[in-house]
Amino acid sequence: MHISEGVLSPAVLIGGAAFAAAGVAVGMKNLEQKDIPTVGILSAAFFVASLIHVPAGPVSAHLILNGLVGLILGWKAFPAILIGLSLQALLFQFGGMTTLGVNTLNMALPAVICHHMFKNSLKTGMGKHAVTVCAFATGFFSVLLSGIMVGLSLYLTGEAFLPAAKLVVAAHLPVMFIEGILTTTCILFLKKVRPEILEGDHVS
Amino acid sequence: MFEELANNDSFIHGLDPRGKLIIVFLFSIVVAAADRFQVLLGSLTFGLLIVLTAKVPARELIKRLIPVNMLILFLWLFLPFTFGGETLFFMGPLAVTREGVFYATRISIKSNAMMLMLIALVASTPIFSIGHAMHQLKIPKKIVHLFFFTYRYIHAIYREYLRLKNSIKIRGFIPKTDLHTYKTYAYMVGMLLVRSFDRAHRVHNAMLCRGFKGDLYSLKKFSFKTNDIVSMVFMMVMIVIMGVMEWAQII
Repeated sequence: MHISEGVLSPAVLIGGAAFAAAGVAVGMKNLEQKDIPTVGILSAAFFVASLIHVPAGPVSAHLILNGLVGLILGWKAFPAILIGLSLQALLFQFGGMTTLGVNTLNMALPAVICHHMFKNSLKTGMGKHAVTVCAFATGFFSVLLSGIMVGLSLYLTGEAFLPAAKLVVAAHLPVMFIEGILTTTCILFLKKVRPEILEGDHVS
Repeated sequence: MFEELANNDSFIHGLDPRGKLIIVFLFSIVVAAADRFQVLLGSLTFGLLIVLTAKVPARELIKRLIPVNMLILFLWLFLPFTFGGETLFFMGPLAVTREGVFYATRISIKSNAMMLMLIALVASTPIFSIGHAMHQLKIPKKIVHLFFFTYRYIHAIYREYLRLKNSIKIRGFIPKTDLHTYKTYAYMVGMLLVRSFDRAHRVHNAMLCRGFKGDLYSLKKFSFKTNDIVSMVFMMVMIVIMGVMEWAQII
């Protein structure tokens, strides 16, 4: 998922950084001091998700959870994912300084899109079926879109990357289903156990 | 838990984190934009020198370079064949092009040079100092704040994760590719979130009780010493030379 340093062309890096900066600015605008613990928890969860490996057939994949983060945080997913990725770059050298913008955009934009498409599922009073469908779609599409955006970043760097880009998108296919199932179960669990986490504005 | 490296002692450890942050940033930008082999080889040598000066243990260094090079290796499977240009030789039915090999080599050098620099920075600076340096470099307060909180929570969540992982193991859970496994992991993530939320709010409320208003204080005072000025000037000159070599096509 993370694109390493030195791979992408300067144009893609600058474009990605500009869009990511805009997204972070929008997210920061309605981020208040009292929201910081909530956003920080999800940012940390996003970080730790990358350390949780689940089996996927003969190989294993790590969780991404950008859909879950986006569903709960909306535009605030941009700063949350930016910080998560910065810490991953600093502590594990996954990604780096110049790719921070592109990587943030690739993960956070799908999260925000899914938030706006499926956030209604979080409202109280929705049927269990509607919640299930929307939560699955969030996990599924956030990974699908992220995969496509990673592929696109490679492709925009040079036509020669096309086969590699296609394979990157294909590699996301099994992960999409896993994330879909995980997000669904997790949302249903949270709705039962701690619905206020899902409803925003719950900071005591 | 995640920061085994920052406890060594070297010349680079003593430098001002603000300066280090700026230098790594500028270095990364110049290398990311560079294309000429002379410049790239120069940057790789430079990166190696800095890592050696920072006394990063060889084992740690290799461990950290492996994940970066996995993607590079993956690209090596494609780029030599898909890049148009003069054919070098044939590998079965596939033509390996000169341009493709050059391109892939360039990416490999770039990536590793930048990583060496970043490792040298992280290995020589505690994360909290990096946070305070970000604060003093006028990065928005809320971002820095989020950075500190997230860093703190990562440890809490990770420790909780290890605890839950042990407890499901004790109950005989073996991860497989099936619905049960994914559901179990989902419940675990949910439980992690619930527990960390409670904890985070408890901590935040405790901070508010003690008069926290969103200001950050550091016990460590950063100061620019002669060492910092000399090394900063030296690094700047090197970066400028690399830039000039790239764009003026000297050497």
